[in-house]
Amino acid sequence: MSNYEIKRGVSLYSYQEEYFLGTKSLEDLIKVSAEMGAKGIELISEQTFPHYPNPLDQSVYDNWHALMAKYGTTPVCHDFMLDYKKYKNRPMPFDEQVASCKVDIDHAARLGCPYTRALVSIDPDVLVACADYAESKNVRILIEVHAPLHFDHPWIIRHAEAFEKSGSKYLGFLPDMGMFLFKFPPVWKAKFIRDGVPPHIADYICKAYEDRTLSEYVILEVEKMGGVGPAIGMAITLRHNAAFEPKRMLDHMDRIWNIHAKFYEMTEDLVEPSIPYDEIIKVLKQGGYKGYICSEYEGNRWIQDAFPVDSIEQVRRQQEMFKKLIGETATAPAA
Amino acid sequence: MFDKYMICEDGFGNVTEGGDTIGFAFQARLPYYRGIGLSMVEDIAVTIDGEAVPRDQVRFSVRGRTWTLDEMETEYSDRWNFGEKALITVLRAGGLPPGKHKLQLAERIRVSYLPFVPTTRDTKVLEIAA
Repeated sequence: MSNYEIKRGVSLYSYQEEYFLGTKSLEDLIKVSAEMGAKGIELISEQTFPHYPNPLDQSVYDNWHALMAKYGTTPVCHDFMLDYKKYKNRPMPFDEQVASCKVDIDHAARLGCPYTRALVSIDPDVLVACADYAESKNVRILIEVHAPLHFDHPWIIRHAEAFEKSGSKYLGFLPDMGMFLFKFPPVWKAKFIRDGVPPHIADYICKAYEDRTLSEYVILEVEKMGGVGPAIGMAITLRHNAAFEPKRMLDHMDRIWNIHAKFYEMTEDLVEPSIPYDEIIKVLKQGGYKGYICSEYEGNRWIQDAFPVDSIEQVRRQQEMFKKLIGETATAPAA
Repeated sequence: MFDKYMICEDGFGNVTEGGDTIGFAFQARLPYYRGIGLSMVEDIAVTIDGEAVPRDQVRFSVRGRTWTLDEMETEYSDRWNFGEKALITVLRAGGLPPGKHKLQLAERIRVSYLPFVPTTRDTKVLEIAA
């Protein structure tokens, strides 16, 4: 008997292209997800529900639960934003930030989500101040550990220390797998070339990424090569991305309760060329991870200028990859 | 993201009020993966046929309500929803002549977690029917 239980889910963020354009409804997206066996559903409510975080009609919640029941899906996580820059010339006061988080905790509870995602830039003291309330609603708050931050960054360590000091079991982490970017994504490179980056500079940046060269040296080198505008922009992406090691999650497994399976492209042969999912799943098994791994497709913005976007096919391919990596039997019973 | 969807193909035309043509209007969307509160929309810059429109000549409307760009900055409850088509009106006596016009749009939004304030642009050539 294995000590891990990796369940497949999807963030509706993945389907932002189709939902933005109105070519797919919420029900369409839940239905296709269920058909792929991605039975855990994560969402960004400010995307899914017009007007949220303003109060929503009860009918919105009733419809949500009806869809979950109809398609056999399970609510996993409501991703919240906390717009602490709501006021142009002054920061949002601490108490107002806490009150805002409580609105999201309430909303997550009404959706039936056991988790709610906090963005990585949120002050840990705000989250600690919400912990008892979150516990009263049985919703766990997970800070999203997202590139350029990572588990060894002092900001994340500060969160970890604050969570431990609080003693709360309702504060944890939601790592985004984009922080383990081990190759420069081909769809990024192609977009930068379409935007005017000379191919030899694009080749250099990709090679420098694979050589793990410090971003500041790469930016300087691109300047020396005569790079301007989009070439500098491409080099600057190295400031915001790095190939951190999946095993760095192992120290935090007791507080990792949901995962964003970020991806930029799934090829026809079911490979994400830039994120090492084989290694990631191995680490999650080693760490005894019990929870969902939710597809988070973020490739649309890199191809939509030139190619049609098919988010559903992209997610389907990633889910097929997960079936293999997790080691699900070919004919998993419908849960 | 969504840059090319900011200016909508439908809805471009002159605006008449009480028999006078007071300007022109078009529909626009946010280049973002969620909706945001109007106070976080810092600018909606319009350029028509190469000529920048003064900020105080721009009006923003959703669901029957209209704001100036300055008024939007202190609108703390209403939102520009994900994928929602807003009506952008440019006050300009006489509007635009029939024919093709080059419309440029730059939206600047203040996103809490970003270490910069992004401006996203779209350009389209749209036609006003004769």
